[in-house]
Amino acid sequence: MAAYEPVLLRNKGVENSTALKVYESRGGYQALRKALKMNPEEVVEEVKRANLRGRGGAGFPAGVKWGFLPKDRTVTYLCVNSDESEPPTFSNRVLIEIDPHMLVEGTIITAYATRAQVAYIYMRVEFHEQFHILQKAIDEAYAAGYLGSKVLGSDFALECYIHRGAGAYVCGEETGLIESIEGKRGCPRIKPPFPAVEGLFYKPTVVNNVETLCNVPHIIERGADWFTGIGPQHSTGPKLFCISGPVNKPGCYEGAMDITVRDLIEREDMGGGMLPGKKVKGVLPGGVSVGILTADELDMKMDFQDPAKYGLLGLGTAAAVVIDQDTDMRSVLRNMARFYGTESCGQCTQCREGTAWMHTIARRIEADGGRIEDLDIIAETARSMGMMPGLSICGLSDGATYPLETIVKKFHSELEESIRAQSPTETDALAGAVGH
Amino acid sequence: MAWKVVDRNEAIVEAEGPALLSDAVREKIRSFFDRYETKRAALLPALHIVQDTLGHIPHQGMMEIAGLLEIHPSDVIDTVSFYTHFWTHPKGKKIITVCRSVSCEVMGGEAVLNEFKKQLGIGEHETTPDGKYSLVTEECLANCDHAPCVLINEKRHEGVKPENVAAILADPNNDRVTMERSTLFDAPGDSKARDSAQ
Ligand SMILES: Cc1cc2nc3c(=O)[nH]c(=O)nc-3n(C[C@H](O)[C@H](O)[C@H](O)COP(=O)(O)O)c2cc1C
Ligand code: SF4
Ligand code: FES
Repeated sequence: MAAYEPVLLRNKGVENSTALKVYESRGGYQALRKALKMNPEEVVEEVKRANLRGRGGAGFPAGVKWGFLPKDRTVTYLCVNSDESEPPTFSNRVLIEIDPHMLVEGTIITAYATRAQVAYIYMRVEFHEQFHILQKAIDEAYAAGYLGSKVLGSDFALECYIHRGAGAYVCGEETGLIESIEGKRGCPRIKPPFPAVEGLFYKPTVVNNVETLCNVPHIIERGADWFTGIGPQHSTGPKLFCISGPVNKPGCYEGAMDITVRDLIEREDMGGGMLPGKKVKGVLPGGVSVGILTADELDMKMDFQDPAKYGLLGLGTAAAVVIDQDTDMRSVLRNMARFYGTESCGQCTQCREGTAWMHTIARRIEADGGRIEDLDIIAETARSMGMMPGLSICGLSDGATYPLETIVKKFHSELEESIRAQSPTETDALAGAVGH
Repeated sequence: MAWKVVDRNEAIVEAEGPALLSDAVREKIRSFFDRYETKRAALLPALHIVQDTLGHIPHQGMMEIAGLLEIHPSDVIDTVSFYTHFWTHPKGKKIITVCRSVSCEVMGGEAVLNEFKKQLGIGEHETTPDGKYSLVTEECLANCDHAPCVLINEKRHEGVKPENVAAILADPNNDRVTMERSTLFDAPGDSKARDSAQ
């Protein structure tokens, strides 16, 4: 296999990599200069040709999304999604820590391409150091004339602000994010209209993930053909993968989307294998919301197509966490159920009630108060919510469906065994006692 | 008896005493107005600023923010109540946030939480009697490569084991990041004022 040449993490390990001078000395902001010589439409076209699929979870092609903006618009906003709230995902954090100017440059080029006048970078509040790093990069970019009323002396004007969140998973959903910037509760909006038509302040708006935008300068600099030459068809371009849990080298690694989950865990230049004495029981390979794999399914490719073959929602955020053999699946089930139960914004009955009840039941199972039929109830509850059956406003409930249903299905015998091993007295005592 | 009709759409803002928000805080909040199309959009920054200054967002603070942003007080309350990072009652000077999501749990986060509970003598969502620490849990802090992880105010603590907890609590700078800072939400004179208060 030809050695992969890092693109997004190319400045990893470079001294003072967050400084403007260092970024410029390594070719930074050349793509912006090139983009400004093109028409905005040509920039959009190049990104379309590259088939840059969104890295935030849904995998929607960025160029196509930009193409949905109404032609006759006068105001356009760009929102950069740096909420990074999906467990166990941290690639946006790593990008900002290593190369904040790559994000700033990607943001400027994207704003130019979409004719946005203001870019808001929505950043989760727990990112403190990252906030200071990025704000410093933005300040430097203003001082150097990359941002402001005349970007590099051109007629293109762009203001860029960081908008800090306040602790809510659902604000990572694009319309929840928009509501949150507007100063409201982060409750997602009913779509359509999609943000491209009616988004922030009810104006045409583009929402993209940090990693998606970090790819943009490279596409402009090296061209769409270079980009589509990396990785398998339909899943092209450089990609960040996160690996956490009991592996030797948890971290964020870059590669083409031709690696498998096993590669991510075991390759020496990636996870480096399991910690001594630890064995894989299961893997949540794409953030928690795509569902779980068993130890027999590690050959799944980390691309946009393969996960569906394993009953998963998709590639998600390409962030894998390994569950080892010493971890009780009942606690993983409860952890998932609690996450969605507490993070549901509560607008949709199925999501609010479904996630809350699944949490109640999962706690009951974990507390040795489960019943065999609880597993079916969880699976059925999970199936009866979500956008896909048309029952909810946002994808949070689909995200809840997949891990809960796949855990119950793929680890049925373990869970069943645990329930059968409970002592009957405890079952009786706890079955009624565990409420919300 | 005739009914007296009250227009419920009018904000009824009763001043509860002298202004709580200082001129400097008001100025800082106003400095965000230019960034957005509506004044309401400056609400999250305003709440951050007030909470950073006062330690929490008291009722009167919400009323005064409403006045500044020219929105209804209930809109402010509505937003405050949605986000876990805003609180309307005092908490400890330092907030210890233990991650409870999957990577941290698999790597032993629960034992770390229990050790904090034991050493501080408080439970989750509680504050020590001296007002120094509050203990909370949060979902994934996007730091999973260093699980189990803990955030104390701004500072990340990585790969925390129960046996590290005592040393972390003994460190007076356990909530401080050691880097050049932007002052966006910092309380005026924040770090010096806090140093002398400790
Ligand atoms: C509940 C929920 C949470 C989400 N959280 C994030 C997030 O933290 N970061 C992100 O980029 N996208 C998140 N998304 C996806 C966004 O809605 C949106 O698809 C994405 O930001 C678009 O950017 P992209 O096309 O560049 O991927 C979330 C979606 C849902 C339903
Ligand atoms: S699906 Fe859940 S999180 Fe999404 S809008 Fe409905 S209730 Fe809120
Ligand atoms: S799971 Fe704890 S930081 Fe992500």
